Amino acid sequence: MIPGVSLFEILTVSTLMFFIGVYGFVTRKNLITILMSLEIILNGAAINFVAFNKYLYPGQPAGQFFTLFLIAVAAAEVALAIAIVINLYRRIKSVDVENVNTLKY
Amino acid sequence: MEKLVFYVLAFAMLSLSLFSVLSRRLLRSAVYLFGVLAAIAGFYFLVGYHFLGAVQLTVYAGGIVVLIIFSILLTHEIDYKMDRPSWLRSGAAGLVCVVGAGMVMHLLSTSRFTRIDGPEHSDLNTLGGLLLNPGAGGYLLPFEVISILLLAAIIGAIVIAKHNLGAGPEQKENQPL
Repeated sequence: MIPGVSLFEILTVSTLMFFIGVYGFVTRKNLITILMSLEIILNGAAINFVAFNKYLYPGQPAGQFFTLFLIAVAAAEVALAIAIVINLYRRIKSVDVENVNTLKY
Repeated sequence: MEKLVFYVLAFAMLSLSLFSVLSRRLLRSAVYLFGVLAAIAGFYFLVGYHFLGAVQLTVYAGGIVVLIIFSILLTHEIDYKMDRPSWLRSGAAGLVCVVGAGMVMHLLSTSRFTRIDGPEHSDLNTLGGLLLNPGAGGYLLPFEVISILLLAAIIGAIVIAKHNLGAGPEQKENQPL
């Protein structure tokens, strides 16, 4: 553990980060910025995993593995999302969620 | 000393993620996101999980942010400025977030966490051994599953981003490239 820092403070930081990400996820209209808000949300969760591992279960590195797998999943997700964004831009010259309704009707 | 470093990192994380979410310039938003991810890597180093911090720096701050910046530069002008979100939308989203954060903070403050101080296993040898251990407490299966997921994601990304795949013949003639 970090000397002088309680688990509560770390969880506060991660909670606030998570909800900042949620705010961006709801208000943004550009696909790339939505993706960036999603990264902030995922990182807030990753901080939680690390903090619980460090403070409550120091003997087992389970939280570290969860964070590691989370980073791998985020990498896969970003690769796919960027491919979709590039494809959308080629087709309709825009990456705004309001213009993306190709599959809608 | 560690306390001070933690507070600086926490301040950097929160303020930079706020800037990243609120900024109207796309490229600046991406740079703020880089700052957030680097601060989180710093937090991992501070906690003592060096491998995790290194992975965070290389994969997240090095790889994902560069990918995002590339896609921004490919699809927008460099000084592109987004419209301000409507007051109704941002107000409703802010309300939801404040209420949600308040509820979670209330839960956190009323729950008791009993801290355990014990021997730690966070060095690279233990992690690598567990990652390739098929027995009890090992992580071989998730490791293999994540490898296949990454492979599938890479192939899927290539197929999706490939030019004109699946477009009709009349569309192919119209496009200059």
